[in-house]
Amino acid sequence: MDYAQNLLITLPELILSIGAIALMMVAAFAGDGSTRTVGWIAVVLLVLAGIAATHAPASLNLPILGFENWGSAFGGLYKADAFSAFSKVLIYGSAAVAIIAGPDFFERRGGRLRAEYPVLILLSSVGMGMMVSASDLLTLYVGLELQSLAGYVLASFMRRDARSAEAGLKYFVLGALASGILLYGITLLYGFTGTTQFDTLATIVGAGPLSTGMLFGLVFALAGIAFKISAVPFHMWTPDVYEGAPTPVTTFFASAPKMAAMGLMIRLAVEAMGPAYESWRQIVIFSALASIVLGAVAAIGQKSIKRLLAYSTINNIGFALIGLAAVQPGRPDGVASVMTYMAIYLVMTVGSFLVVLQMRDSEGNNVETIASLSGLSRNHPGLAAAFAIFMFSLAGVPPLLGFWAKFVVFDAAVKAGLWPLAAIGIAASVISAFYYLMIVKTMYFDEPAPAYHRVESRIEGGLIAATALAVSPLGYFLIPALGLFSTQAAQALF
Amino acid sequence: MIQAFAFYLFAGLMILSAGLTITARNPVHSVLWLILAFFNAAGLMLLLGAEFIAMLLVIVYVGAVAVLFLFVVMMLDIDFAELRAGFTRYLGIGSVLAVALAAEIVIAVAVHSAGPIELSNRIGPTPATISNVQAIGELLYTRYLYVFEAAGLVLLVAMIGAIVLTHRTRRDDRAQNASRQIARRPHEATRLVNQPVGEGVEL
Repeated sequence: MDYAQNLLITLPELILSIGAIALMMVAAFAGDGSTRTVGWIAVVLLVLAGIAATHAPASLNLPILGFENWGSAFGGLYKADAFSAFSKVLIYGSAAVAIIAGPDFFERRGGRLRAEYPVLILLSSVGMGMMVSASDLLTLYVGLELQSLAGYVLASFMRRDARSAEAGLKYFVLGALASGILLYGITLLYGFTGTTQFDTLATIVGAGPLSTGMLFGLVFALAGIAFKISAVPFHMWTPDVYEGAPTPVTTFFASAPKMAAMGLMIRLAVEAMGPAYESWRQIVIFSALASIVLGAVAAIGQKSIKRLLAYSTINNIGFALIGLAAVQPGRPDGVASVMTYMAIYLVMTVGSFLVVLQMRDSEGNNVETIASLSGLSRNHPGLAAAFAIFMFSLAGVPPLLGFWAKFVVFDAAVKAGLWPLAAIGIAASVISAFYYLMIVKTMYFDEPAPAYHRVESRIEGGLIAATALAVSPLGYFLIPALGLFSTQAAQALF
Repeated sequence: MIQAFAFYLFAGLMILSAGLTITARNPVHSVLWLILAFFNAAGLMLLLGAEFIAMLLVIVYVGAVAVLFLFVVMMLDIDFAELRAGFTRYLGIGSVLAVALAAEIVIAVAVHSAGPIELSNRIGPTPATISNVQAIGELLYTRYLYVFEAAGLVLLVAMIGAIVLTHRTRRDDRAQNASRQIARRPHEATRLVNQPVGEGVEL
């Protein structure tokens, strides 16, 4: 395979990284006045990268678009397949929303948004693309680091704001610790198997029982990634960082990096450690149960909507991990259920955070308390309806799409014989339904609080409407396509 | 035999100095212990036959620590007169440490020439025919080119981040503004004053 062909397989990353460097120059010379332009170009680049991820051209001579031309590049460091394509579309989509939602928020907080914001999100997307395309421990680590490093900067983007700076510092220190743990696991895996490539790892792991060293390596690597998906017991940073970071950045954190880290975890667990699934399954089961229960219980007492959504993320990641626990050799439906879950979760979360972005008092300042949502249905019926749809959907109430996500995951768990896991999951989802419904109750039945500022941005309003429609019962029309794509994505790993 | 002895020497001293790095009360002492820890880590690398990484460890980490040392010295209020006061008192232990470090260097060189340590289960064998630097270079710029480039992007993000988080435009900026200088006319810059004798000048 010649060099150009290798590069073509990595076309999405190529588009994004070259675009990001070019936009960085624009940002440097045109100044902060160019933020919106740079942002829109970045969104276009993300769309192009998404197209490149799903339709990889075969070679320079044959510019025909087609799904068959995925493959492995750079001697097995990078892999483009249906799994990476599915994940990348979701990642780039969420990143684009975070870019679009950025400028208005920062302008309301006084001062322009610096033009580096879209550039950093683009570079983070390059890292996330590498993560879901990783077929080598080295690519995994470098991609993760690229994503996280941009994330640390984004978290403290409002550097004058003490909470934002605190969030950035906290995220950085804990993230560095998690990276250290992950790297330690990787060195152990490399030391005991002599390879960093996923397929060779799988062969060695499959050849005999897992040695203690490999097991330690696996545990450390999974712990490092569990930090990134904020699964219990590595979740502590999530509420603080979500609360402190600027809301558009929180929208980003809650969506794209979660998908990327989940994709990474699936790749590592299934592709590299597939034959040892009995070893990692207990870790995943523990983490899933702990995340579901903690996410459900700890959210109840929250006063800030951002903290509440952070616990909601932890809770949802737990449900997605149930699907991963259901993975068995030769049975891709567990992975397919995780992909379906994550896709629906991303839409619900992005929608919820877009509503949170509209929570502004009459002077246009952002408010984050749940109490300020009181009586929203009377002042802003549309916004209240959309938020109610997201909350019902996150709770998994049947006519909405969130129910389907949970159903698919539980179905996979039951088929894999994990009855108790599914039963506890259902019980905990009833607990979590409590606080989602509390919000709906606050919006519809409480005495009205002072009215919010009207929704100014048509684009954000349109995005809220679109995401709300997608998770409404109308979204069930999307299920055949979603099921097909996630099954294809899952089959690529087996 | 000498390899096993050297291994326990380096490993033991490294753990000891790493422990002292975090327990030492004086930050300058901490930094010095850290340097000792790095030297011992470099010794371990030599033992494995990875002389290039050993040298990198000394140059990069000890070099970086030297800069860190400067920062510590600049930012903390450390009384150097007090530090120097105990020169004769600490001369004994100081010379013991110096001799230990010198002995370590001799041992490391001796061990390196005696050949790398025989690991019971060595999965990645060191190629005997080519040197370390060549082996790393051949892999880094061919097989691992992709991650190498990505590491470059990581550094780029670090640079953008540092600038975004710390750079600000100052209002009392004295940068030269050439167009303003050229556009200036004589009547804006100079003034004719009919100055009466015996009175102060109004500027």
